[in-house]
Amino acid sequence: MTDETQVIDANGEAITTQEPTIRSKAEEPPVEVKVVFFARARDLTGLTDTSLKVPSGSTASDCLSKLFSEFPSLEEIRRSMILALNEEYVPETTVVKHKDELAIIPPISGG
Amino acid sequence: MGGGGDDPLTIQREIERLQSEKTHIENRIALLQSRLAETVAREEERVSTTSSSPQSNGLSPESIYRYSRHLLLPSFGVDGQLNLLKSSILVVGAGGLGSPVAMYLAACGVGCLGIVDNDIVELNNLHRQIIHTEVYIGQPKVKSAAAACRAINSSVRVVEHEESLRAVNALDIVSKYDIVVDATDNVPSRYMISDCCVLLGKPLVSGAALGLEGQLTVYNYNGGPCYRCLFPTPPPTTACQRCSDSGVLGVVPGVIGCLQALEAIKIASVIGEPLSGRMLLFDALLSRVRIVKLRGRSLQCKACGEDSIFTHQLFQNFDYEDFTQFSLSDASRMNLSLLPETARVSSKDYKEKLENDEPHVLVDVRPAHHFKITALPKSMNIPLSTLGVELPTISSALSKLEESSGSPASLYVICRRGNDSQRAVEYLRNNGFTSVWDIIGGLESWAAEVDSNFPIY
Ligand SMILES: [Zn+2]
Repeated sequence: MTDETQVIDANGEAITTQEPTIRSKAEEPPVEVKVVFFARARDLTGLTDTSLKVPSGSTASDCLSKLFSEFPSLEEIRRSMILALNEEYVPETTVVKHKDELAIIPPISGG
Repeated sequence: MGGGGDDPLTIQREIERLQSEKTHIENRIALLQSRLAETVAREEERVSTTSSSPQSNGLSPESIYRYSRHLLLPSFGVDGQLNLLKSSILVVGAGGLGSPVAMYLAACGVGCLGIVDNDIVELNNLHRQIIHTEVYIGQPKVKSAAAACRAINSSVRVVEHEESLRAVNALDIVSKYDIVVDATDNVPSRYMISDCCVLLGKPLVSGAALGLEGQLTVYNYNGGPCYRCLFPTPPPTTACQRCSDSGVLGVVPGVIGCLQALEAIKIASVIGEPLSGRMLLFDALLSRVRIVKLRGRSLQCKACGEDSIFTHQLFQNFDYEDFTQFSLSDASRMNLSLLPETARVSSKDYKEKLENDEPHVLVDVRPAHHFKITALPKSMNIPLSTLGVELPTISSALSKLEESSGSPASLYVICRRGNDSQRAVEYLRNNGFTSVWDIIGGLESWAAEVDSNFPIY
């Protein structure tokens, strides 16, 4: 029922694409990160997901900055949300890899 | 009788004979009765000794039969059931989430089931709050839910707490239970319940549902994080939507509530791995369930962190409504007061203007899908979110009307409850519209004061 296996898929792909890239940082192509929105983040962006292109070596925090400049309305939930990279909590300083998935999860309170 | 003739002596003899016969019969009856009593007692003893020797597990024959499908589960079994029967679980909220939680917990045989809620059953609850039935409309949810639980399983002790769970009474109530299930529908209650569970060391099974999405996790369990660890800062009020404003597909809280019951049962019966440090995200629209690994406990957490100074006293005096900027009473959510009185009319005043054929345009600023539910005749739907770009539409409607009527036309603005209409009027006044009024209390006030047949939702 769950999609937990996708984590492995996403990681696996990320590892294989990274392997041959032992070049200088400037030559490295930008990485593409999939961003998935939940709950209020969906209302604010009008999307369930989007994709971000960030320079190689970017952190989760860099991705967020770019995301918030593209969707200024997301500012509303910035201080109250869970950030998950490939379905796991990570510090915002974590470097993102190609095809990583970043989830923006604000809390729901209804019942 | 009397066959011996009328001779008094013969009659006397006959009486004596019958009396002696009666005594003999009575003795015989007494003897048989005592023999019967002995046999029954011996039989009962036999039954109880034969059934109690393999039944040292503590389950009565009725319990064995009722919970047989649990007992047959190798990973659950007698031990799981016994743990469950010994447990006490508090369900906070008897609404969309609490309905399946309470029903399953009663059915599965928890020892004691507490239900706390202060609401009344309403017709617009029934599409999702499946524990309640039409006959209970107007009655306390706790009464209705408790009756349903007792009807399912009369052997469970069901405790009714007909009050709102607040910081002042939470410690008292929660301390009587082993496990707490958060089935509430608002942010201040969620912080309050989490803090209370941290203070009392109770695991908290937290579920939430809105629209087509649900979330589920277990807080404060086995060193896992609490609600504040994840969300130290409350979301702004605009981000806290309620089912009564945003809507919810009935089965979504049902799904989450069932999963909450499952987690509570796992914790109570000590089986499996409760969903601690992980959050389940349910997406009904895309038919997806994801489980996201959460951060661990935060050392800086104000409630459960290393340097937390949170005490029972501080908890009881903590103003959760102020902290979250979220009022728990419906009444106080109604009275936004942006505008001077001169910029507002009552729904009765508006009715008069209608009857006097006053030339005017009525703008309804609710979202389009609200407008489809019901609307006043001749109203024009311009959702608040598009008001900025629709100003020319309003201007042209007004000038067209002024041309045809030959007199100045006024502009009235209405919404569901009278808050967005004030925001709209303020915006319109700041953008050159002078003859513009807000209809106080919106369509709800129209329904209450002018037209009782007007649908409310
Ligand atoms: Zn905490």
